[in-house]
Amino acid sequence: MKMKWKGWALAASALLLASGTARAAPTAEMLSDPCAGCHGTYGNSAGTTTPTLANHSKQSLVDAMKKFKSGERPATIMGRIAKGYGDVDFEAMGDFFSKQKFHAANQPFDKKKAARGAELHSSNCARCHLEDGKEGKDASPVMAGQWLDYLKIEMGLYTSGKRKMSDEKKEKVQPLSATDLEALLHYYASVTR
Amino acid sequence: MTMERRDFLKLIGAGVGVGASGALFAQSSGQRVVVVGGGFGGATAAKYLKLKNPGLNVVLIEPNRQYVSCPLSNEVLGGEATIEHLTFGYDGLKKRGVTLVHDTVTAIDPQARKVTVSGGNTFTYDRAIVAPGIDFRWDAIKGYDEAASHAIPHAYKAGAQTTLLANQLKSMKDGGVVIITVPEYPFRCPPGPYERASMIAHYLKHHKPRSKIIILDAKESFSKQGLFMQGWKQHYEGMIEWVSGSKGGEVESVDVATRTVSSAVGNKHPADVLNIIPPQYAGKIAHTTGLVDPKGWCPVNVRTFESTQHPGIHVIGDASMAGAMPRSGYSANSQAKVAAAAVIASLRGVPAGEPSFINACYSMIAPEHGISITNVYMVKDKQLIEVPGAGGISPMDATPEFRKLEVVHAKSWFRNVTTDMFT
Ligand SMILES: Cc1cc2nc3c(=O)[nH]c(=O)nc-3n(C[C@H](O)[C@H](O)[C@H](O)COP(=O)(O)OP(=O)(O)OC[C@H]3O[C@@H](n4cnc5c(N)ncnc54)[C@H](O)[C@@H]3O)c2cc1C
Ligand code: HEC
Repeated sequence: MKMKWKGWALAASALLLASGTARAAPTAEMLSDPCAGCHGTYGNSAGTTTPTLANHSKQSLVDAMKKFKSGERPATIMGRIAKGYGDVDFEAMGDFFSKQKFHAANQPFDKKKAARGAELHSSNCARCHLEDGKEGKDASPVMAGQWLDYLKIEMGLYTSGKRKMSDEKKEKVQPLSATDLEALLHYYASVTR
Repeated sequence: MTMERRDFLKLIGAGVGVGASGALFAQSSGQRVVVVGGGFGGATAAKYLKLKNPGLNVVLIEPNRQYVSCPLSNEVLGGEATIEHLTFGYDGLKKRGVTLVHDTVTAIDPQARKVTVSGGNTFTYDRAIVAPGIDFRWDAIKGYDEAASHAIPHAYKAGAQTTLLANQLKSMKDGGVVIITVPEYPFRCPPGPYERASMIAHYLKHHKPRSKIIILDAKESFSKQGLFMQGWKQHYEGMIEWVSGSKGGEVESVDVATRTVSSAVGNKHPADVLNIIPPQYAGKIAHTTGLVDPKGWCPVNVRTFESTQHPGIHVIGDASMAGAMPRSGYSANSQAKVAAAAVIASLRGVPAGEPSFINACYSMIAPEHGISITNVYMVKDKQLIEVPGAGGISPMDATPEFRKLEVVHAKSWFRNVTTDMFT
């Protein structure tokens, strides 16, 4: 048996060398489970201001982590955390969270605002945020069933110019009033699946 | 990693097979893991053992039917939370199939792999995870023993002690003096005493504004010091005085009858409300089991959190010596996942994987003023270290909006971490 384990260890270290990481790579699960203290078990957040990560597209998560790390995206704490990982780790986390089952936040919302928001979503947002905002295309994160408090914080960062918008997003968001934006977010809060 | 013949035969008996991924695995039904202590470390460990391997027989032994969290207990003193907010039951873990035994572990026999509880029942285990938290060194401060703590609270285990301190603050006269004493490192929650001073100041400012707080500290500096001092100046100018060890902050004795602290340099400080945070070490059961080093903490292999003194027993949370990680609820939660994975790997007869950890601690200075410290950790050359270049404290020059956001994120963290532990 001894020989066998040595063999395993050798094979494992050869793999590590091949992947070129500075440290032995923890599994995707091992890298992602510590995030649960703030983002909930398997990325389903129970707290209203930390986003659910479950079922985000891999690309959206990787993109967010890279921008937190570089400082391009404003954050209270994610910048400090993202600096603890490399691109390979982000890929692994993206893989892990994208495969987790999403549980929509159970939260109150304003029905009237949500109805108005539904119209705004189809006219302004649906082209990129597909399927009623449920599934992120490319780098867009899941918004339907996300916590309203969190969506409000991020929208505030966009409209105050602290978080950079793509030109496409700017074109659609800038014409909307504060009331419109609020309605839009209530719409996303209202969508459960 | 070597595997003994006996273990190999056990594996065959348990049904060894080759999984879809080609990895060697053993079905684990019938294998039993006993978890001692249902706090941040133990509850998380029990949950993650079941989450990752539902076939395991997981027994969680914890004397209390309800757990009262220390995180947010300082906010009870400030009137920003209630004990009910901090109280959790074990029904969620039961639903996951964890067997709850509400009793105190009185002995662990590492050779026989057997745990005994005060009722006399015994439980054998294939692996044990021990997470008893801390106990106080009642012999460290003259005059301050367990009996004294019923009059002069430590409030460093939450629950009745927190309520006692809160009530004493409520019945104190305006213009009174509150003294908090802080021991030398290591103790649980390094920013805890200073968050406590902040929350007490918040209460006093609104109800007894002529009062003062004195922190008698054995140390020369403290966690998030710059941020705390900045916040105190902003919200509680002139109310909080911090006395370092070399300036007379080190406590030698306490006179319970007069609520007076004597410092090592001979100064006497009478208090209207006195809060003694005593020096600490690993919870008692770690001592009786022989898991501690001469200083009273448990050395572990930081890749697996298995005791270096007793194989088969993993020690996590405050009781363990986890290198660069501070003793916090977040650390205990993170270590629990590493230990659970290592236990599962070992029961399957495969080597434990590379670990990864996070710690984060929020502190509330005022209801709209939060600060944090965080880090990411890895194991290198058998040491548990901070990942270079990561982590750190909230910026000194943050805006009021940023400070306000850290308060809501602190509450969100609390919701998530307790849900991660108990459901
Ligand atoms: C005032 C204060 C504020 C804090 N704030 C924060 C914060 O904001 N964030 C943070 O991350 N951390 C915070 N902490 C630290 C945090 O509370 C601890 O680090 C954490 O509880 C450690 O978890 P643990 O599992 O090691 O121990 P504990 O959570 O203390 O759990 C130990 C459990 O073991 C049980 N036990 C003990 N002996 C036995 C036995 N013989 N048999 C069976 N069961 C036994 C006990 O009943 C207890 O339930 C704070 C601490 C204090 C005091
Ligand atoms: C201490 C709490 C904390 C920890 C630990 C933490 N996060 Fe976060 N996370 C936050 C907060 C708060 C935000 C909002 C941005 C901010 O203010 O930092 C956030 C935002 C994010 C976002 C943005 C989501 C979106 O919709 O764009 C991603 C992605 C993310 N975190 C991933 C992670 C991963 C992966 C980990 C683990 C490696 C992790 N987080 C650990 C608190 C935390």
